[in-house]
Order: sequence, then structure tokens, then C-alpha cells
Amino acid sequence: MELAKTSSRARLSLALVAALAVSGCAGSGGLFGSAGGAGGGSGPTTAGAFGDPSSPQYFQQAIGDRVLFAVDQSTLSPEAQQLVSQQAAWLMTNGAYTAVIEGHADEQGTREYNLALGARRASAVRDFMVAQGVADSRLTTVTFGKERPIEICSNESCYAQNRRSVTVLSAGPSS
Amino acid sequence: MRRAFLSALIAGLATAVLSGPVQAQSNPGPLRIEITEGVIEPLPVAVPPFVAETPQATELARQIAEVVAADLEGSGLFRVIPESAYISPITSFSSPVQYADWKAINAQALVTGSVTVAGDGRLVVKFRLFDVFSDAALGKGLQFVASQSSWRRMGHKVADAVYSRITGEGGYFDSRVVFVSEQGPKNAREKRLAIMDYDGANVQFLTDSSAIVLAPRFSPTGDRVLYTSYATGRPQITLLDVAQVRSQPIGSATGGQMSFAPRFAPDGRSVVFSLTNGGNSDIYRRDLTSGSQSRLTATPAIETAPSFSPDGRQIVFESDRSGSQQLYVMSASGGEARRISFGAGRYGTPVWSPRGDLIAFTKQNQGRFHIGVMRVDGSEERLLTSSFLDESPTWSPNGRVIMFTRETSGARGAPSLYSVDISGRNLRRVPTPGAASDPAWSPLLP
Repeated sequence: MELAKTSSRARLSLALVAALAVSGCAGSGGLFGSAGGAGGGSGPTTAGAFGDPSSPQYFQQAIGDRVLFAVDQSTLSPEAQQLVSQQAAWLMTNGAYTAVIEGHADEQGTREYNLALGARRASAVRDFMVAQGVADSRLTTVTFGKERPIEICSNESCYAQNRRSVTVLSAGPSS
Repeated sequence: MRRAFLSALIAGLATAVLSGPVQAQSNPGPLRIEITEGVIEPLPVAVPPFVAETPQATELARQIAEVVAADLEGSGLFRVIPESAYISPITSFSSPVQYADWKAINAQALVTGSVTVAGDGRLVVKFRLFDVFSDAALGKGLQFVASQSSWRRMGHKVADAVYSRITGEGGYFDSRVVFVSEQGPKNAREKRLAIMDYDGANVQFLTDSSAIVLAPRFSPTGDRVLYTSYATGRPQITLLDVAQVRSQPIGSATGGQMSFAPRFAPDGRSVVFSLTNGGNSDIYRRDLTSGSQSRLTATPAIETAPSFSPDGRQIVFESDRSGSQQLYVMSASGGEARRISFGAGRYGTPVWSPRGDLIAFTKQNQGRFHIGVMRVDGSEERLLTSSFLDESPTWSPNGRVIMFTRETSGARGAPSLYSVDISGRNLRRVPTPGAASDPAWSPLLP
């Protein structure tokens, strides 16, 4: 929790700048997430929206839409479990939303393996949410392997941010 | 002299297919390169400009000889002697060769040729190969006929014949490479499928950059390409008809499944690939005609990157069932698999050689990536390259050269294509328009 949340908060202002710079770039596209493009946590904010606990902005920024993973791992750390529990609770409270869970990997791996690893990570988050009570039908997963890093340096400080899942909200039923 | 040429089959203008059989001549004379030994000293060869038999052929006669020279030199097996060293020019294709002039500059082999623009506009290319120090021709002359637009292929055909006669192995120059062309920043990379000649000429884009595309693979006849596309927002194996430039997804993504890492069976009728079920990736085989699908692996591990043996009876793939990525071989119908990689580090992306003798792979060890080869039983592992990130090996049609992706590190890092021969020599960057990854080498063109 602390790890994921702190880092996503600390990087909020940077992420907003990034969102401006890349807005319109191709992504897997939920309504409120920037999905495959710049990654999560970078949706539009308006004054006050942050404080509305039923807003997607609250989900992204107050709860955190991202979970980080250890090298080669797809198991959820205790902190990650706490974060995903909060994501699950939010989804159960806000039944109008569905979510796509993206799984990502860092660049230190072969392409195919990283696709499989991203699928594992996304699935781990989804399975945990389902166990918390979120309806299976509201969740889908997609892997981006190492195709969409959010940080682009080639050392562990970036890799740690790239080994992630991002929960991207959409309004309405899942397709 | 003309009687010596093998008569060429007539190829249709529209198809631009070259005619004329090119056969490896078994010629165990003094002029011979043993590729398996790893060539340290390239063979000196002279490739003077071809003789233009008609005025329209003047430019092409020089350009075709340049393609031949570039192919031979690029193989690392030959050293092309610069034209400035030549004592006498070749002004007539049919005149006897002045061997002494070529011996004097130590040309071990001499390639001569002629180019004619025929009455119907087609190009006729003839060539002969000489073993200079034996005062003799090496094999018969050959003639190729094709449309003028395929003049580079004529050069590649000549170079393949020269390579074959001197090495005793099949050539690889008249071939193509399909790859992923990349542009844009690392966190928003745009990817398009592209196809080009093996030497980087004649680049053509096959998809736009609206969706991520990954890891294209040629069909055994080179007319179709399998790849992974995000056109639906999720990874989905896709089949592309190269001539029509038309794509269609294979299978339908049901129940949230994702598919990737496709590769053709040697008969071109079925495909192996990875499919996810809940977060688990297993290997499946699908018949392209009937759509029937069978599951070949069934473990909770990551199983991916399958590649058939050339006889279609076995499949090599990677799995982390032991706890880390390793290589395994199983029957083409699935079942028990035998681990073949046991060295330090982890192994992925295995590709069976078209000769059947070796498996190329990517190895990660101590923070470095390597392209390597091993025998199919896992013995005699050899690493050919080392860098920050090398991956995705693909074999030349003759199984003697490997092309792969090399990516540089850092925020401005980008991938390029490289080739290396199986002895680890002759590392070369393959020219591409911008960044490029995931090469797949076609079979030798017809």
C-alpha cells in the first residue's frame, strides 16, 4: 500500500504533464484512464473532483489505480492486496463502472515471456477483486507485456514502476 | 558459349518471378569455403561491372554487379577486390578470360556477367563463375529472365549461385524479411509491420500504426505472415496475405482470452501459438482450414514461443515450469516435454534451424542478453552475441546466419536489426528506415 500509493502520489504532477503531452495517443482506452498510453493515474482532474469518493478521479488518485510487482512475480504483496481491496470496495460501491485491468512488465525480458507475465499480473489483480466480491463480468484483463512502459529509463527505479497493473475504469457494462 | 547456359523458364511479366533453376554445384575443387569452420580470412573475389549488351542496360549492368558484390562481401565469406585494382576490364562476356590478369591481383574467384534489355522489355542476366587459379570455369553459366523492376533480385540470384558453388550450401540472398518498424517515444511507441529484401532494400509497409503489432512470422512459402495485433485492444494472432496486404484475426477471443507468439507448422496448414486462460499461458495448435484447435501444454507455468522442427514432428518452446524460463522439446501433438537448456541464466524464444541441426535462442544471464545456438538435444551451447538487450533470433533460409533485434538502453533506447553468422562472426547491422524489431526471415524466393 504505502509503496504503491506514495509513488503514485509523488508522481501525480509529472503524470498530469505527461497526460497533456500524450493526450490523443493510442491506448486501449477506458473512458477515464489513459490505459496503454501513458499508463494510469493521469486522468483529468477538476477542482473538487478529487474529494468526491464516487469519482473515477478519486479511484485513480486517492485509492490508486496501480499495483507494483517484484521482478518476474505476479503475486500480490500485502500492500498490494490492501490496495486492490480498496479498488474492489470502490467498484462494489460504484456499480455503474466496469474495469479493464492491464498487466505490464519491465523491459528486462523477452517479448513473448513478458506478454505472458503481464497476463499473469492482470489476472492476479482480477482474481483478488473477484474474491473480494466484485462480479466477474465487470472485469476484463489485457496484457501489454513490455510494450507500454510508463517510465523509460533503463534502471531499477524505472523498472519498478513498469512492473505494474493498472485498473482502468469505464462507465457502463463491459464489452 | 551460349549453349553452355541452362535454358531459362519463361516467367510472366506481371509476376516478376525470376526463372531458371539455381542449383548448388557440388565442386570439391581447390576453391571451397567450409562455413562450419568459421571463416577468418575471406576469399578474395573480383566482380567487375557486368557487360551491357544493349544501351538501355548500361546502368543496370553496373548496379546488378554491385548487388552481387555487396551480397558476397556481406556474407563475411568473401572480400571483393576493388575495381581500381583490376588490370583489364571485362568488355565482352563471351571472350576468354585472361586468368593472368586476375591472378596478378590475387582474385581467387571471378564473377562475370552480362545484362540485356530484351525486345519485350524484360531483363536477361547471364553470369559465369571462374576459379582463377585453376584456369577454369566453376560450374556452368546461368541465365535469369525477369522484369526490369526485379533487377536487384537478379543480382541476389547470381550471388546465391556463386555462394552455393563455393560453399556447397544453399544461398540466402534472394530472400525477404518481415519486421516491426518502430517510431515515437519509448512509452508511446508506434509499430507497423514492414517487409523488405534481406539487405534492407525495397521496404514496404504492411500495416498502419493504429494498433500495436508484434513478432511477424512467414509461412513456409513466404506468401502469408502470422503476427500478433492489438487491433481489438487485446493481443490476438492475425494472418496477413502478403500480396493482398489483407489481415484477418485467427479464432475469436472468447472469455477474455488473449493469443500471441504464433508460428506456422512446416506444411503451412496449422499454427502453434500461446493462449491465455485466466492469467495462464499454454501452447495450442490450430488447423487454419477447419479451425479445430488442440491444447499441447497444460501446466500452470508460462508456456510460449513455440517453434516446429523442419520435419513437423517436434516443437521447441519455452516454459518457466522449473521456476525460470528454460527451453523444452515435445512432440508436435503435445504431451511430455524434455528440458534441453541447462546452462546459467534463463532461455527464451527458441527457433529451430531450417537445417534441423540447431536451435537458436535468447539467453539472459547476469544482466546481459545473448543470442546463442545449441544442438537440438541441448548440447554444444554457443553464445554468438552479447549486449544490453538482444532477442528474437530468426534463421536465414540456409541456416547459416541469424538475424535478431538489438535494443539500446536508456530513455532514448531504440531497437535495430542485426545479423551474425553461426560461428559468431560477421556481426552486422541491417539497414532499416528508422528503428526496427522482431525480424523474420523468409524462405529463399522461388
